[in-house]
Amino acid sequence: MSQAVLENETAPSARMDLLRFATAGSVDDGKSTLIGRLLYDTKTIFADQLEAVEAASASRGDEYTNLALLTDGLRAEREQGITIDVAYRYFATPKRKFIIADTPGHIQYTRNMVTGASTADLALILVDARKGLVEQSRRHAFLTSLLRVPHLVLCINKMDLVDWDKAVYDKIADEFTSFAAKLEITDLTIIPVSALNGDNIASRSENSPWYDGPSLLHHLEHVHIASDRNLVDVRFPVQYVIRPQSTTVTDYRGYAGQVASGVLKPGDEVMVLPSGMTSTIAAIDTADGPVDEAFPPMSVTVRLNDEIDISRGDMICRPHNAPAVAQDIEAMVCWMDETAPLRVGAKYAIKHTTRSARTVVRGLQYRLDVNTLHRDEQADGLQLNEIGRVRLRTTVPLLADEYRRNRTTGGFILVDESTNRTVGAGMIIEAQ
Amino acid sequence: MSQTKPYRVSHLDALEAESIFVMREVMAEFERPVLLFSGGKDSIVMLRLAEKAFAPARIPFPVMHVDTGHNFAEVLEYRDQRVAGLGLNLVVASVQEAIDSGHVRELPDGTRNRIQTPVLLAAVEKYRFDALFGGARRDEEKARAKERMFSFRDEFGQWDPKNQRPELWALYNGRHHPGESIRVFPLSNWTELDVWHYIAKERIPLPSIYYAHDREVVERDGMFYAVNEFIRLRDGETSEVRRVRYRTVGDASQTAAVLSEADTVDKVIDEVAATRITERGATRGDDKVSEAAMEDRKREGYF
Ligand SMILES: Nc1nc2c(ncn2[C@@H]2O[C@H](COP(=O)(O)OP(=O)(O)O)[C@@H](O)[C@H]2O)c(=O)[nH]1
Ligand SMILES: [Mg+2]
Repeated sequence: MSQAVLENETAPSARMDLLRFATAGSVDDGKSTLIGRLLYDTKTIFADQLEAVEAASASRGDEYTNLALLTDGLRAEREQGITIDVAYRYFATPKRKFIIADTPGHIQYTRNMVTGASTADLALILVDARKGLVEQSRRHAFLTSLLRVPHLVLCINKMDLVDWDKAVYDKIADEFTSFAAKLEITDLTIIPVSALNGDNIASRSENSPWYDGPSLLHHLEHVHIASDRNLVDVRFPVQYVIRPQSTTVTDYRGYAGQVASGVLKPGDEVMVLPSGMTSTIAAIDTADGPVDEAFPPMSVTVRLNDEIDISRGDMICRPHNAPAVAQDIEAMVCWMDETAPLRVGAKYAIKHTTRSARTVVRGLQYRLDVNTLHRDEQADGLQLNEIGRVRLRTTVPLLADEYRRNRTTGGFILVDESTNRTVGAGMIIEAQ
Repeated sequence: MSQTKPYRVSHLDALEAESIFVMREVMAEFERPVLLFSGGKDSIVMLRLAEKAFAPARIPFPVMHVDTGHNFAEVLEYRDQRVAGLGLNLVVASVQEAIDSGHVRELPDGTRNRIQTPVLLAAVEKYRFDALFGGARRDEEKARAKERMFSFRDEFGQWDPKNQRPELWALYNGRHHPGESIRVFPLSNWTELDVWHYIAKERIPLPSIYYAHDREVVERDGMFYAVNEFIRLRDGETSEVRRVRYRTVGDASQTAAVLSEADTVDKVIDEVAATRITERGATRGDDKVSEAAMEDRKREGYF
């Protein structure tokens, strides 16, 4: 294995940014190898892990150290040589800490890709240079846009097996770019790599003089994510009411939660939904003392100047910028349950921000073929891994935004009320 | 989006905010949460996060120690001091008592890691805990890398890795039937280095064994075990006094120390950043048994 050299060899510090990314690719495109490579080149793989992987590779008869074994953690995965479930990996460079959601690529695992993408700042899709774009590459790109992952990277892998031929790269890149254009993907970066040999992973490779973009790691370290957050619409879902029962602190009543979007400041006029009552912010507390402003993803405790009745599931916003208070919801739903399909007329529990309610499926407009984007309007249900446009009616109003505008106040999950399993993930298109 | 200020949030602040969110979510949705507190550094950090999540109120749930009986004195002392300082209720689930009363049987090799699981489960049943905070991190071990933030356990406390609830956004599904429970891991996304940076930032005191000190140790399989009432010299072994610190604190009969000169938190951070061996690989005899040792124990209900 060639040893790539990091541009900056200082240790990770206490003040890095955090970037979450999800990886996707078809079986054997080299996803596990690529992740192993990133961990290896950032010195995240420890000697004992490498030893264990070397021993496991040797006992399987692999001819090289199979870095894929680093990420395939479950017994069944190692036995079958596949990745079953989302695995989380961590590495850091002096600039950033990275959380990887490593999601398996097969069609039956759309569920896992959706899960990994839901919290991702960036999606990394792999294709095999020899095969070019396949059905799954398009599906992964579609899911990236459906989940509104702000940044997309396409790694064209195994370039060593096509002799680093620029024409191969260009053809795949052009095809993907025009496909992505139809999907409202705003930020796309395409990188030719060899995960196995480490080309263009941690540093620029001499094998691709015709490529003038960044190495993968350089891109991950520098891609601008600060403005991906919505700092405009104030949304503070109340999570828990803090009321100390003590003799030293009296009359304290604070609304604890994590800022979903927008910036809150003491003195701001606010409105509380669903009641519509208004007040002003008296203080924003943290355990380290009051703060002048709160923004995502801070967890804080807000106090108001007026005594109004507020409980978990309510939402603090601004009087002239409020989410819909809605019981009729239109949403794209990805179905995640193998035991029973989503059916029109069925009832589920729904969790949206910190609010829980019940819901009934009023209609299914269409089921989407995630490979062709064809809409099947005759569909009468959604099976595991299927996606469709669904109309819901909830027992109590949700305080909701469009998912495209707000990933926190626009997303929800459906839960089966008898098995308690999470069966669906929803992205709101319209709420009224 | 016009933006004059960067509104920067460091990775440590983001991790803290996420952990606090998770803890508040549990408090809002469960009836009887409990926090597993051993006096080890991860549970110490978790306890600090709980303090911060509910301030200025007290931590609104008890803490529990599953006590193998194989303890480091410094750690027990720390545990009791911390619990008293925060005015918390401490539940001790004692493996020794369970052995004495015949509920579990001591294993031939004397190790107690595996037999602490039934003791934990019995305590969960007795106190009807429905949510258990654990300080496990996904970077610790490859089976843990697949663990959810909210991890569902059936009425036998078992983990089924192939049948986990998908976890989307920050929408955690804590629903369960009576007798079932949820293990909650607020530190899922933290690494060993993050934990140490946080200990430094928050100036959290730790049991002294986490810092370099002189100790009588014996070397076995490249690991340095303290010679004490739990670990006695075998024939042909000799002990020596070395400068060591502990990276993890588990069962005293199975936790090894590492050679170290790091006697302050900053020096520990430098060492951790430079180290080439995982925390568990360096110090835990219990994980070396097989490639899937952790997965198997978790399936049985281990943390
Ligand atoms: N020649 C070459 N082989 C690669 C490259 N990346 C991965 N492979 C090989 O492709 C196979 C599948 O890789 P793996 O990482 O397991 O794919 P996954 O199924 O996407 O996780 C393995 O034999 C790898 O060694 C590459 O860049 N060049
Ligand atoms: Mg793989």
